[in-house]
Amino acid sequence: MDAEKAITKVQELVYEIKVNQVMVTDVITVSPHNLMSELRVLLHDKRISGVPVVEGTTLVGLVSIEDFVKCLSEGKMNNLVRDRMSRDVITLYDDEPLVRAVQEFDRRGYGRFPVISRENGALVGVITKGDIIRGLLKRIEIDYHEEEIHRYRASYFFEDIIADKTTLIFQYKVTGKDFSRAGRTSSGLKKTLRRMGIPPKIIRRIAIATYEAEMNIVVFTDGGEITAQVTPREIRVEAVDSGPGIPDIKKAMEPGFSTAPDWVRDLGFGAGMGLTNIRKCADTMHLESTVGKGTRLEIAVQLNGAVKHDSGDHH
Amino acid sequence: MTLGEIIKTLDCRVVAGNTNLDAKVRTGCGCDLMSDVLAFIKPGAILLTGLNNPQVVRTAEIAEIRIVCFVRGKQPSQELITLARESGITLLTTSLPMFEACGKLYMNGLSGYDE
Ligand SMILES: Nc1ncnc2c1ncn2[C@@H]1O[C@H](COP(=O)(O)OP(=O)(O)OP(=O)(O)O)[C@@H](O)[C@H]1O
Ligand SMILES: [Mg+2]
Repeated sequence: MDAEKAITKVQELVYEIKVNQVMVTDVITVSPHNLMSELRVLLHDKRISGVPVVEGTTLVGLVSIEDFVKCLSEGKMNNLVRDRMSRDVITLYDDEPLVRAVQEFDRRGYGRFPVISRENGALVGVITKGDIIRGLLKRIEIDYHEEEIHRYRASYFFEDIIADKTTLIFQYKVTGKDFSRAGRTSSGLKKTLRRMGIPPKIIRRIAIATYEAEMNIVVFTDGGEITAQVTPREIRVEAVDSGPGIPDIKKAMEPGFSTAPDWVRDLGFGAGMGLTNIRKCADTMHLESTVGKGTRLEIAVQLNGAVKHDSGDHH
Repeated sequence: MTLGEIIKTLDCRVVAGNTNLDAKVRTGCGCDLMSDVLAFIKPGAILLTGLNNPQVVRTAEIAEIRIVCFVRGKQPSQELITLARESGITLLTTSLPMFEACGKLYMNGLSGYDE
C-alpha cells in the first residue's frame, strides 16, 4: 500500500470503525464515596490522568490528577471523591464512528473520554488518542496483510504442487431456461477463485465473462456445461452447449445484436451486449458454432500479464 | 455519500442486509439492462433499477455491487431477498421513479464516474 492509498484508507476507516471496536473495556473506576486519599495509588502507580466515577453502572463524574493535586495542596485528602470530581463529563457513545471521537479530541483537548452504552447509559469503556491510533494501525495492517496474501496465495498454491504441469479443473452444469438458478455457476466459480487467492481484478473479469456465457446458455439453449481450467499462468473458461447454434457469428458479436425474445428482455437481458462484454473482459476469445448442433465459447485471462483494463473502466 | 444519506435522500426502506449507515458509496448507476450494468458499473457502486427479479442480485454479486435500490416502489420477492442475504447485498426500495431517484442522488454529490 503506498502512502496516498494509506491516507485514503485511514479517512475511510475513521468513518467505518466504531468507538467500541478500539476502546479499552476493563476500565478502572472509583466510587463517589471513596476518599480522595485513596486515589493516590491509582493515579500515581498506574499513571492514569483521570478516573471515571461510577455509581452502580452509571457514570456520575470524572476525577482527574489536577483535582487530586489541588486537593493535596489544600490538605483536604479526606474529602470524598463526590465533592471534588467534575460532574459535567463529555462522553461518547459506544456505537459512534471514530471520526466523532477524533473531533472531540480536537475540540476539547482532553486526553480521554468515557464511553457510554447508547442502550442503557452504562459506562462501557474509555477511549484515548492512543487507542484510536492503535486501532487504525491494526486495521490497516490487517488489510495490508490480506492484500499481500491475495497477491501471493495463488502462486504459493501452485508452488506446493510438484508436477511438470499443473491444471486445476472446475466443472459446472448449466440448466437451460431455468432463470431462478441462472448465475449459480459464475457465482460458484467466482467464490472458488477468490479462495484460491486469485487477484480480485482478474476474478472480476472472469466472473463477468462467465456470467454472460452462462446467461446465453440459459436463454438460448436447453443446457450446457461450463469448465474452468486454472494454471499458474492463466485461467481458461469454456462454455459448451448443444443448442440451436449461431448462424452468423460476426453479426452476433456486434454490440446491440440480439435475438432474445420479449420475456428475456423483460428480465433485463437481451441488450445484445453479452458477447461484447465477454470480448472486453477476456485476453483471448474464441467462438465457434454449428447451426443445429451447438456452440462453443472459449476465453482466457492471463494471470501475470495484467495488460487488459478492468471491464468497468470503459465508458 | 454514505448509505445513511442515500436512504434519507430517497426516503428508502431497507429490505435486506447491512445497515452500516456510514458505509461510503462513491458512484451510482441507474439501469434496467443487466449487460450494461456488467459493462459499465464500478465495483462498490449503488445500482438503481426498475427490474425486480433474482437476476438483479446475481448481476450485482458478479459486478461487486453491494447496494441495490428498487425504484418506483417495487417490492422484491422473498426469493430475491434470501439471495441478497446470502450474497451480503443490501436491498433498498424507494417510491420515487428512476429519473427522480438518480437526479436526487446526483444533486447530492453522488457521481456516475469514479473521480
Ligand atoms: N449459446 C448460444 N446459442 C445460440 N445463440 C446464441 C448463443 N449465445 C449467443 N447467441 C446469439 O448471439 C446473440 C448475441 O448474444 P449476446 O450475448 O451478445 O446478446 P444477448 O444475449 O442477446 O443480450 P445480452 O447478453 O445483452 O443480455 C444472441 O441474441 C443470440 O442470438
Ligand atoms: Mg447474452
